[in-house]
Amino acid sequence: MTAVDLVAIVLWIGVTLYAVFGGADFGAGFWDLAAGGTERGRAPRTLIADAIAPVWEANHTWLIFDLVILWTAFPPAFASIMSTLFIPLTLAGFGIVLRGSAFAFRPVAARLEGRRMAGAVFAASSIVTPFFLGAAAGAIASGRVPVGNAAGDPWSSWLTPTSLLVGILAVVVCAYLAGVFLVSDARRVGSAELERYFRGRAMVAALVTGGLAMAGIAVLAVDAPVLAGELVRRGWPLIVASAIFGLAALIQLRRGRAAGARILAAGAVTAVIWGWGIAQYPYILPGELTLTDAAAPPATLTALLIIFTVALLIIGPSLALLYLLDQRSRFVGHGVGIDADPVDTGDAGPRGQGDGSR
Amino acid sequence: MSIFLAVATTPPELLAARSQMAFTLGFHIVLACLGVGLPTIVLIANGLGLWRNDETALLLARRWSRIMALTFAVGAVTGTVLSFEMGLLWPGLMGRFGGAFGIPFAIEGLFFFLEAIFIAIYIYGWQHLSPRAHFLSGFPVALAGLGGTFSVVAANAWMNQPAGFVLGPDGTVADVAPLEVIFNRATGYEVVHMFLAGYMVTGLLLASVYAVGMLRGRTDRYVRLGFTIPFTVAIVVAPFQVAVGDVAARAIFTDQPAKFAAMELITTTGPDQPVTIGGILVDGQVVGGIQIPGLASYLAGFSPDTVVTGFDQIPIDNQPPATIVHLAWDMMVGIGTAFLGLGLWAAYIAVRRRDVATRRWFLRAAAISGVAAVVALESGWIVTEVGRQPWVVYLVLRTADAVTHSPGVQVSFYAVVALYTSLGIVTLVALRAMSRRWAREDMAANGASSHAEATG
Repeated sequence: MTAVDLVAIVLWIGVTLYAVFGGADFGAGFWDLAAGGTERGRAPRTLIADAIAPVWEANHTWLIFDLVILWTAFPPAFASIMSTLFIPLTLAGFGIVLRGSAFAFRPVAARLEGRRMAGAVFAASSIVTPFFLGAAAGAIASGRVPVGNAAGDPWSSWLTPTSLLVGILAVVVCAYLAGVFLVSDARRVGSAELERYFRGRAMVAALVTGGLAMAGIAVLAVDAPVLAGELVRRGWPLIVASAIFGLAALIQLRRGRAAGARILAAGAVTAVIWGWGIAQYPYILPGELTLTDAAAPPATLTALLIIFTVALLIIGPSLALLYLLDQRSRFVGHGVGIDADPVDTGDAGPRGQGDGSR
Repeated sequence: MSIFLAVATTPPELLAARSQMAFTLGFHIVLACLGVGLPTIVLIANGLGLWRNDETALLLARRWSRIMALTFAVGAVTGTVLSFEMGLLWPGLMGRFGGAFGIPFAIEGLFFFLEAIFIAIYIYGWQHLSPRAHFLSGFPVALAGLGGTFSVVAANAWMNQPAGFVLGPDGTVADVAPLEVIFNRATGYEVVHMFLAGYMVTGLLLASVYAVGMLRGRTDRYVRLGFTIPFTVAIVVAPFQVAVGDVAARAIFTDQPAKFAAMELITTTGPDQPVTIGGILVDGQVVGGIQIPGLASYLAGFSPDTVVTGFDQIPIDNQPPATIVHLAWDMMVGIGTAFLGLGLWAAYIAVRRRDVATRRWFLRAAAISGVAAVVALESGWIVTEVGRQPWVVYLVLRTADAVTHSPGVQVSFYAVVALYTSLGIVTLVALRAMSRRWAREDMAANGASSHAEATG
């Protein structure tokens, strides 16, 4: 295995981790939006906020990680992608700003209107962002990003059936992951009602995701025949694995085994992403640019591999510590926001009561 | 990829792209400074609180850590935008030089990750960790803030003093010496200058809030300690910052003569060049300003005989816009020098054992020092970035050749201005809401305790 392949694998691991963990955080925003009015949606919203507050920044960091590897290890691919897909990626960037800051501001907002507004911005941008990131991924996968500075069409490169499909798929996959994750979060805080609430939604999301993925094969066959062909020819074991994981997750959910469903759902998403990766290997821009042709000089790749190793040794245990503390401590005191400040995600009552409601 | 090579004409997107980059970076850099300064200041308060069993210091640490969490969140997303913009706006830079220029960013990614993880642990640790473990969990945050700043500033330094790479026949980076990229000629002074700027901006911004509090008549220990800790950090750092700035200016004189000529408005090459305070460049002539004869030569080489390169020996298409650079330079130096004076004033008050809360003119000066520090910070970035123009990689790649050919940058620039203006306003409103809530809590707590004293 060459250094180029190794770095590409690390990049793909980063993409996978962002899709699973970052994706679940985006999906949590989807369920926040879908939670209904202020009163009705208070309990699920509180659970959602508690679940993502301590970890979203760390999870978000995978995106930075992916961008940095891409521009350092495969510079012309990065330049081509970012310049041709200027529009969807600018919009995704705006979505990221809106989502992160609205989420951070929501618990601080003094008045209900402010909190509601922040909540709406957070939820809406949690849907917009994965859509545009997915649309960009669709454009890359279907070979619509040529090499060069804005060499592709700014609109028709991503306003395609494939991009729309992958964009929508990204949104529902995020919702699916978040739904499943929230079931086990609800279990941990001991709320049978919320567990039921998210189990039902996670199962619906699972069915929608599965159905859309199936229909998507037809879309790809017409709109991106090369990608579809390679997916079937080389990626099929992973596609099959994804379907099996997805079904198994559904069964586990039904049986009330939240933790198992969580791992299987993540596995289903992981399999799809690696199926995509294998389908377009050895190209980084399908039909245009191979990983080897795009790769930075060997010394750069070596430096990156050294940095990854150090990162693995430092970040791995730190991240494990964070997740461990998060899992152990949640709801021991009270969650949302940062510490003992009274925080509500949309409570109409006076602040004192809001504090007690948790 | 030769396809990312130069075009002859100035692309229409250039101005919008530069404006967008300047705007987003100028916004983010304030948050980046807080990322450097706040963890250390929080840890000082936290450490004091634990060491002397000081509830007030602990309360300050707790509240400041909430500010840290909020500004870190905003900084995380505005930093992400900058990562996007590297490719959205500058594909000609990244496509050709990503293999060299990217390496420090990869290291930055590591530190940013560490920072995100331990900030969460520290914030949540207030409730869920032992005081000692919690205090210790803050150290990785402070170190990661410094490490991340080191990496990003090393990348910027590389743009000023590119090193550690060989260009291939197709114009892209063919070989790289990673350590030479990271530790280029400008890394040392730029990084230290930025570290100290981080402590000064954070310290003075924070202290200015409590200075206002004292001006409004609050004189309890909470306000005094809230002023003293950050103010001391900033003002102790200030003299070192002036010294580092001096070293940096001499390095720029040696390594980037065009930037130095712009900073000091040097029109004619020769010895005995003056420092001009104020003044602008009109048609190649200095107009206005106060001149101090020979000082620029003296500062550059410790002798009035030092020959300083002027614009007469720099081709017109290699000259930065001198007036902007010069005025920004004057602003930064002026404010930095004023901070030295503020420090002496504070030392005088401390030595004479006067009550700082009664020194209203000093408090007024301290109250505006926070904003002044931000102005100095932005001015410094204007000097380094505008002063490097027309190059994005000094003497290697012109900014015009790096910019995207994608249409729509003009639109995205307007959208960014609207978005970031709202973001800035909301951030300030949120910080104000937090501080008001705390003031209410303190008032309730003080009321309760005086009530207890009265009845008990």
